[in-house]
Amino acid sequence: MLSFVAQRVVKGVIVLLAIIVLNFFLIRLAPGDPAVVMAGEAGASDQVFVKQLREKFGLDKPLPEQLFIYVKGIATLDLGFSFRQQAPVSKLILERLPATLLLTLTAFAISLALGVLFGTFAARFAGTFLDTAITIFALIFYAMPIFWVALMGILLFSVTVDWLPSFGYETVGANLTGLAHVVDVARHLIMPAMTLGLFFMATYTRMTRASMLEVKRLDFVKTARAKGLSDAVIQRRHVLRNALLPVVTLAGVHAGTLIGGAVITETVFAWPGIGRLMYDALLQRDYNLLLGVFVTCSVMVLIFNLITDLVYRLVDPRIEFAA
Amino acid sequence: MSKRVLLGLLLACGLTASALAQEPKTGGVINAVIQPEPPGLMLAMIQNGPTQMVSGNIFEGLLRYSPKLEPLPELAESWSVSEDAKTYTFKLRKGVTWHDGKPFTAADVLFSVEMLKQTHARARNNLAQVDKVEAPDDYTVVFTLKQPFGPFLGIFEVGSMPMVPKHLYDGTDWKTNPYNNAPVGTGPFMFKEWQKGSFIRLVKNPNYYEKGKPYIDEIYWQIIPDAAARSVAYETGKVDVLPGGSVENFDVPRLSKLKDTCVTGAGWEFFSPLAWLWLNNRQGPLADKRVRQAIMYAIDRDFAKDVIWNGLGKVATGPSASTIKYYTDDVPKYAYDPAKAKALLKEAGYKGEKIRLLPLAYGETWQRWGEAVKQNLMDVGMNIETISTDVAGGNQKIGDWDYDIAFTYLYQYGDPALGVGRNYVSSAIAKGQVFNNVEGYSNPEIDKLFADGAVATPDSKRKEIYAKAQKILVEDVPVAWMLELQFPTITRCKVKNLITTGIGVNDGFKDAWLDK
Repeated sequence: MLSFVAQRVVKGVIVLLAIIVLNFFLIRLAPGDPAVVMAGEAGASDQVFVKQLREKFGLDKPLPEQLFIYVKGIATLDLGFSFRQQAPVSKLILERLPATLLLTLTAFAISLALGVLFGTFAARFAGTFLDTAITIFALIFYAMPIFWVALMGILLFSVTVDWLPSFGYETVGANLTGLAHVVDVARHLIMPAMTLGLFFMATYTRMTRASMLEVKRLDFVKTARAKGLSDAVIQRRHVLRNALLPVVTLAGVHAGTLIGGAVITETVFAWPGIGRLMYDALLQRDYNLLLGVFVTCSVMVLIFNLITDLVYRLVDPRIEFAA
Repeated sequence: MSKRVLLGLLLACGLTASALAQEPKTGGVINAVIQPEPPGLMLAMIQNGPTQMVSGNIFEGLLRYSPKLEPLPELAESWSVSEDAKTYTFKLRKGVTWHDGKPFTAADVLFSVEMLKQTHARARNNLAQVDKVEAPDDYTVVFTLKQPFGPFLGIFEVGSMPMVPKHLYDGTDWKTNPYNNAPVGTGPFMFKEWQKGSFIRLVKNPNYYEKGKPYIDEIYWQIIPDAAARSVAYETGKVDVLPGGSVENFDVPRLSKLKDTCVTGAGWEFFSPLAWLWLNNRQGPLADKRVRQAIMYAIDRDFAKDVIWNGLGKVATGPSASTIKYYTDDVPKYAYDPAKAKALLKEAGYKGEKIRLLPLAYGETWQRWGEAVKQNLMDVGMNIETISTDVAGGNQKIGDWDYDIAFTYLYQYGDPALGVGRNYVSSAIAKGQVFNNVEGYSNPEIDKLFADGAVATPDSKRKEIYAKAQKILVEDVPVAWMLELQFPTITRCKVKNLITTGIGVNDGFKDAWLDK
């Protein structure tokens, strides 16, 4: 197993390096110059000022040299300096990480729990009214754009009935502590987490349902039934467990994208996370910050891919670590 | 006689009553929206709009400006100009301290001037005519100019020339100075906290030099990136102030009708944002003056004002907004006249060549405006192709002169020498940069008029020069002027005296109070 992990890590580093180099050039291919953006915002765009900005941020150096400096920095875990925000990239990302993880992990838990639960019910009662109802419910949230669900949620729960706050991470200026603070953050979290969670729930529901129906037809299920096991035990212990493999694969891929995957939800609900940081960086052509977020996201994807491979074995002992 | 006495008594009573009604109350918190989140708050180093809106409370300039753009005292309590209009002497206010308790003196002014020349492109241009700056004593600063410079008294507003604490910046690496993240100024509010992505918190400066001010205890600048969510935040009572431009225009009428809501277009006189279409004068059909004039006739600017901008703003008559100095409406007029536009296009021999239109990626309002203009131009037979980009991509195209028609809006800073000439003189043609003369218009007569206008004395002479320049430009149509924009500020009516100067919410909340 150790050699399997080691091999995967080495492969991961190569993939990461390729991602960095590719993104480095891709970002610079996009039209728009960060120095011109900043000079424009300053209400002055004379040549001296733009030249000064380019020199200040090292943008006047040849591209290969800029790439070398960047990769050298990454090797020492230095993600560079944000041109626009005048702060180290790692600091900016770390500031936003807790809020993003709170949102995306909650949404992930909601989507996975509800998805597997609904999928199981849909498979158990396949072809009945319950199955159709679950499918429609799941697909409605999958088909509607996230920003629309978010805005409708705000309209209903914030404006009309005034149960939940419409934006932010906590009540600004309330200076709450202890349990009151936890409750406050939770109230702010409900809408964004549900919006994001219900969207991803649909895929888990459909995947679990399809996978369970497939497993249900296999011989060992018939054997279990012949042995006289109860339906609940068959569903839970034999069908669900065997049907979970594709769901785990999906969850692994999904977990890897958790950090950068909530741009729209974070924007509509003013949630102070990394998705928004990335979006703003993109608009401002803040190259280092953008690359920093990409690198962080890529590392997360690689880590979660590795974890997924390890979890496979727990779910299905037949899979071996082929080194 | 008795009538006069009665009138006098009535007036006196009225004044007393209104004075009583307007007696400021102290205390309370203002929640305002800031959009987008500023990249930093060190105004001497970052000069974008949101930075000034927040930092205008922390830092101060030597002067402020009334809605009519007359200079008002701020850190300078008085000033005088020599007869040859080359020496400006400022007497600084005594007893002013920085937020860390150190006194503000002339040494800080001298240091700020030197620092801004390196970090603040607009200040550097504004100070280009300054020969030397001296401090004969701690509370006197003397600027000596190389030659008279008409708009000189107009360059001392907080965003154009913020004062920086010498004792915290002198001899340090400005870029990485820790006070960039916890700015120290002389202003009515002090920086307290910034939770990135959530809010910026400012608290009252208890040692502010104007006794009793500020009246408000705290300001929370809330960061809400989505325009619809900002409207909801106001609707649900979470914020009290929506500064100009915080919500989409189509939401303004709805929000204005909410209970206890006040709306004002005041506070933009100094900036006077003017929207126009860059027309690439260099190539293709637009190189012909008649085609450019046809564009002016083809566009229904009243429709844009009434429908797209919800009746806010004013149709522009030329390169100067009507709120800045030396504006004249004695210029050729271009009413909406599609027939005339068609005739001019025919005369110019336009044969349906493709013309690329670049809208401004600043949200819904601008997108709709782009669509309306496209429709207007197609109605008179022009072949328009819309190019979509984001802001940075659009800037690159404009700076590289890779466009035919492009939307923009720019501030005018109160004086044609500060914010108008830069878009029309040929010395401001420089590839790779935006917001200068990107249309490529070159007219030696205009170059001379703007050069003369900046240094001419007395005022009447400047007026004459700029009137002539405006006439020539409007005849030549180097760009197509659209609207003098108005960004309405929406507040709860309990927020009083929020806007008292021509710089508006960008000038700090020192006069504001809450009628609880």
